[in-house]
Parts: sequence; C-alpha cells; structure tokens
Amino acid sequence: MAEENVVISARAVGKSFRGSARATSLKERVLRMGHGTGERFQALTDVTLDITAGHTVGLIGPNGSGKSTLLKILTGILRPSTGTVDVRGRVSSLLELGAGFNGELSGRDNIYLNASLLGLSRKETDGLFDSIVAFAELEDFIDNPVKHYSSGMYVRLGFAVAVHVDPDILLVDEVLAVGDEAFAKKCLDKIAEFQRDGRTILFVTHSLDLVDQICDRGIVLDHGRVVFDGDPQFATGTLRALLGTAEPTVAPPEDPEPGLVFGDITIGDVPGTTRGDFRAGDPVGVRVELAVSAATAPRIAAVVAVVMGAGDIPVWVMQVEADALPTDRPGTWTVDFAVADCPPLYGAFQVAVRVDDVEGTIMGVTRSRDTFWVRSGQAVGLLAVPYRVRTSSGELEQQAGTSAGRGAG
Amino acid sequence: MASTSTTQDRAREQGRVRWELLAGLVRKDLKVKYQGSVLGFLWSLANPLVVLVVYTFVFQVVLKTGIPLFGFYLLSGLLVWNSFAGAVSTATGAVVGNAGLVKKVRFPLAVLPLSAVGFALIHFALQLVVLLAAMTVSGHADFAGPQILLAVPAIAVAVLFTVALSFLVAGLNVRYRDTQHVVEVALLAGFWLNPIVYSVSLVRTALEPHGLFWAYFLNPMAGVVTAMQRAFYARNPALPGGGTVLADSGYSFYLEKLGLGALVSAALLVLGLWVYRRMSADFAEEL
Repeated sequence: MAEENVVISARAVGKSFRGSARATSLKERVLRMGHGTGERFQALTDVTLDITAGHTVGLIGPNGSGKSTLLKILTGILRPSTGTVDVRGRVSSLLELGAGFNGELSGRDNIYLNASLLGLSRKETDGLFDSIVAFAELEDFIDNPVKHYSSGMYVRLGFAVAVHVDPDILLVDEVLAVGDEAFAKKCLDKIAEFQRDGRTILFVTHSLDLVDQICDRGIVLDHGRVVFDGDPQFATGTLRALLGTAEPTVAPPEDPEPGLVFGDITIGDVPGTTRGDFRAGDPVGVRVELAVSAATAPRIAAVVAVVMGAGDIPVWVMQVEADALPTDRPGTWTVDFAVADCPPLYGAFQVAVRVDDVEGTIMGVTRSRDTFWVRSGQAVGLLAVPYRVRTSSGELEQQAGTSAGRGAG
Repeated sequence: MASTSTTQDRAREQGRVRWELLAGLVRKDLKVKYQGSVLGFLWSLANPLVVLVVYTFVFQVVLKTGIPLFGFYLLSGLLVWNSFAGAVSTATGAVVGNAGLVKKVRFPLAVLPLSAVGFALIHFALQLVVLLAAMTVSGHADFAGPQILLAVPAIAVAVLFTVALSFLVAGLNVRYRDTQHVVEVALLAGFWLNPIVYSVSLVRTALEPHGLFWAYFLNPMAGVVTAMQRAFYARNPALPGGGTVLADSGYSFYLEKLGLGALVSAALLVLGLWVYRRMSADFAEEL
C-alpha cells in the first residue's frame, strides 16, 4: 500500500531518567556539585517505529519495560533524551482517565475544563456535551461534584471526554481494563468505530487477548527496547515467551549447539534484500546466515526454513540437504531460498529455521526477527482462492483479489 | 494535509497560550474557592472593607501617621500589592500543584502561571469597585478626575511585572523548591519596601540627598503603588512633619517611574519566559 502515510514516526528514541536521589533544593545541589549527577536509568533505548494511518497497534511488554514512557514521549509530555519524534494530526491521549478532573466541581464543569485542556473550544464542547454525557451514562449525576462519583463513573466520564475530542490519533494507556463489562464493551465498540473511520490507535495494555482481537500490529518492548514489531499474534507469543507464560509448543526453541550460531534471516525480493510487504506472484527470497564451527559442520544434515503464519502454523517448508551444503568448509554459510511466485496468502508471516543433524535430531532453531506481510485480495482467510458460486439465480465467477483493503469495508 | 509536528514544533505549541483554556482555569479556581461557602464571593468583597476599618483605626486613631483618610490611602496602594503578591505566590506553586495534570495531559503549560495572574486580576477588579464605592458613599469621591487615567498604565505595568515574575518563579520552583521560601520572604520584604503603609515622601526625604531616589523605582511595584495612590487617593495633602503625602501632584513624575518599571518588567519577562520554557521541557520528569 504505497499510499499509506506515516503518522507517528520515532527515530532512535532513547530516554534516560535521573536516579531517584534527586537534588530538589539549592542546598543539595550545591553540596553535590562535583559529585556527578547520579546514576541514570535508561528507560528506552534506540526505539524506531513508523506507524501508518489507520492502524491499531498494541504496545505490550513486561512491567517497567518502557511502554508508558514511550506513550508519554509520543504524546509530547516527555522529551526524548535522544532521537526524534514526529507525529502528524490531532492527538488525543488517555494516559489516565479523568486526569485533571477537579473533585469539587460538577461533572458538567469538569467536562468543559477537561475538553478545554484536550484542545476543544467551548463552542465545540457545547455541541458535544449531550453526547458525552450520554456516552458516560451520567445524565442523572452530571451536576453533582465528581468527588461523589464512583470510580466507574469517574472513568466513564474521562473516557467519554477523550473519545469526543475527535482525534486522528488516539493514544491509550491501560485504561480499558477499568469499568464494568458493559462499559468495557462500549469502549471497544468506540475503538472499532475509530478503526472503521481509519483513525490510528496505539494502546498500551496487559490484556494480550485484546491485542489478538483488535490490533493489526503488536509491538513488544522489553527493558526499553523493541524486541518484536509485527503481527499481533506473534507479538503476544513473544511476550508470553518473555513472561514465561507461553504454552509449551511441540518443539520448543532451544539454544543451538555451541558450534552453531545463527546470523540474520532476511526476507526480500531476492535473497539478501529486505522487504516487508508482498503480493501474490511477487518473488520472495529468504537468506539464512549461519556460523558453523569445524566440529559441527560435518554433522549437519539439513537446513530447513519454515514459513509460518499466525499461531505458528507452518505454511510451506523449504529445505536443503547436506550434499548441497559446504559441510567441508566451516565458517559463515549463506543459504538462499528463492520463491518465484509468492502464494496468494493474506497475513503476516515469519520464517523459522531449523538445523538437523544426520540422526535427525534438532541442532538449533531460530526465527526471523522481522515479519513480512503478504496481502492478496480479501482479508478473510489465510489464502486467497479463486472460486465459483452457483446459486438458484445462476453461476458467477468470483475472482480472488478483486477487493483490496482489510475488513475496512 | 495533516499538520506536522516535530519535537520542536510540539514544544512551541505547548508554549502557546490558549485563551479559552486560561479563562476555563480561572473560572475553575473561582468556583473551587467559593465552593461550599454560603456567602461565596461576598467574602472577597468584605476583605477590603475590614482592612479599611481596622487600618483606619490603627494608623489614624492609634498611631496617628498624619495621613488624612488613611484607610483610603492605604487601600489605593494595598489592593494592587495584594493582588500582585497573591498572584506571584500562587504562581510559585502553579506547576508543582498541578503535577497530576502536567504528567498526564498535554496542554500549553504557560496557562498555569497565567491562570494565577488572571485569578488575581479578577479579584483586584472587584475589590477596586468596593474601594471606589466606599469612597463614594463616605463622600470622599476624590478619584473622580483626570488623574484616574494613571491607573491604566499603572495596572498595565503591574500585570507585566506580575506575569514576568510568575513565569520565573513557577518554572524555578519545579526544580528548586527553595523558590517558594524565597518568594515568601521576598513578598514580606516587598510589602514594607513599597510605600503602601507610609508616604513615599518619606522615602524621597531619605534617598534624594544621596541622589538615589530614582533607584527606588527600579522596583516596578514602587512606581505602580505610587501611581495608584495618585489615581485613586488623588489628593495631595501636606504631612505634619513637612512634605506632602504623594510624591507629586502632576503626571509626568508617575509616567516616568512607570516607564522605568515597564523596562525592568520587560527585561524580567524575557528572562522569565526563557527560564519557564527551558524548565518546562522537563516538568513531567521533575515532578
């Protein structure tokens, strides 16, 4: 999709915070002069992302991995220590529902104040007021001071205001988890509406199921670095593996033997190049790099590349046997697989590589860091298959790939 | 075409003031202040009346300063000083006190110290009405004259100086919490350094022989206070110990001092804005 435009772009963003022992008074500052500024805590390291308009991106990671810091930097509340951030369009961020509410004031006053903080004019708020109150389901309480609200009411009001700001980009931090089920559903409906309108949503969440359900991309942060960026199912899988909550798979990836080191796996038009988007019929090249020791090289019987879809379903397998491998020449090996015509798939894919020895046992398994997309025709299903339909009114031919776009209708 | 915002643009955007937001914040402060009090707003109007009665008793009946209609003289200078001091003192905590907001919502941060100034300005206007009403009712409507126009440049300089100082202390206080203590002491000193309770003629007598009377007006509030006294107290009766209550019965004296005050305030505004902008980039982190 060449027309896709990048609305959020982060380039090599890093953020470090001063250690907790901060000098907040002149005295301390003077006393500490010459003793350095204390330890710095690196919250984010070299984060580079491009988010294109109309996508729903889930930002996940263990606690303290830098998710909220990244969201605050993208919102513009925090300044990156290094790197640059570029955001295009009207941003509404929900870092904390009801931030800025004043308990003494009525719900009505708080709506106006909050909307004004988020950038709406009084006139605009007048027009949206009834809709905000209806969304928050607070018709009967809108003139009560919000300090008497229940936490659920508080949250509903906060969410209602934020989504009515009419943002191009919505940044949300772990706020959908609060509130009762009915309201959570309402929030999800609103997000679905945003998705249909082609708005961009980036949200931090601990609910991995939610990422699987509503995101079309998942980004995993760990210790301030992006460790995975791509298909949401792979993203949640990566995080589950990080958290140690991954369901055991048939062949768990294990550390390769000492004599076998996996290098990059690159996916491109021809082996050795990189590309992230394909269509049916495009050439696809996969390059696998390995470093093999002298002791290991003669034992290698096969190098197998498996193209896997969401949920680690093997889609197709490519392999090369020992006779075609330079088993007598240890060192760095390059194995290129070239596919002339990409199959008519739809989805995000990854390449897993396995090395087997002569007894058929696995010497090492790895998978590509990047996912690649294949977009062929309609979104529903893994494969775009041409088919015919016969109904009582006659026969018509249905061609796969006639309607572009995913689910957007 | 969607608007582009780079890191720098966003910093600039955050520095820009949205007037409507400012008005909203001032309205909020007013509402919160009088929430739950029966007489509400009347309290701020009662304040100058109580001051009028008590100070007139103390400084005219007990201490005998020799300034006729002392209460009116005092309030002419005191109201503007109190609003100035109130604004600066509120502005000192404006960012720190709104930590929850600064850390969670992106909005133009300049509205925080400015809302303190706006709040004080509204109080000032109302209290001034009370003073003028009291003067009129008691048959001393001396303010009715062309000299009242001096209040316009005087208030303008006062606002300029207040805004400048508010930005400076609001920004500094985030990193150096000492600021609030410095401000507290400085405002107390400032109250006695300005000719509010005593006549500026006494200052003139003390400083003019050394050629330093002009330097007294490097403090913009000194010029503001004297000009406000000229505008509202208006009369210039003789003091028992020689000299007159006001420094001058004309206009140019005051305009000159206000001009000096405006220059000092403008320089301070440049400094204050610079400090605030520099500091504000890291507010969310420092809080």
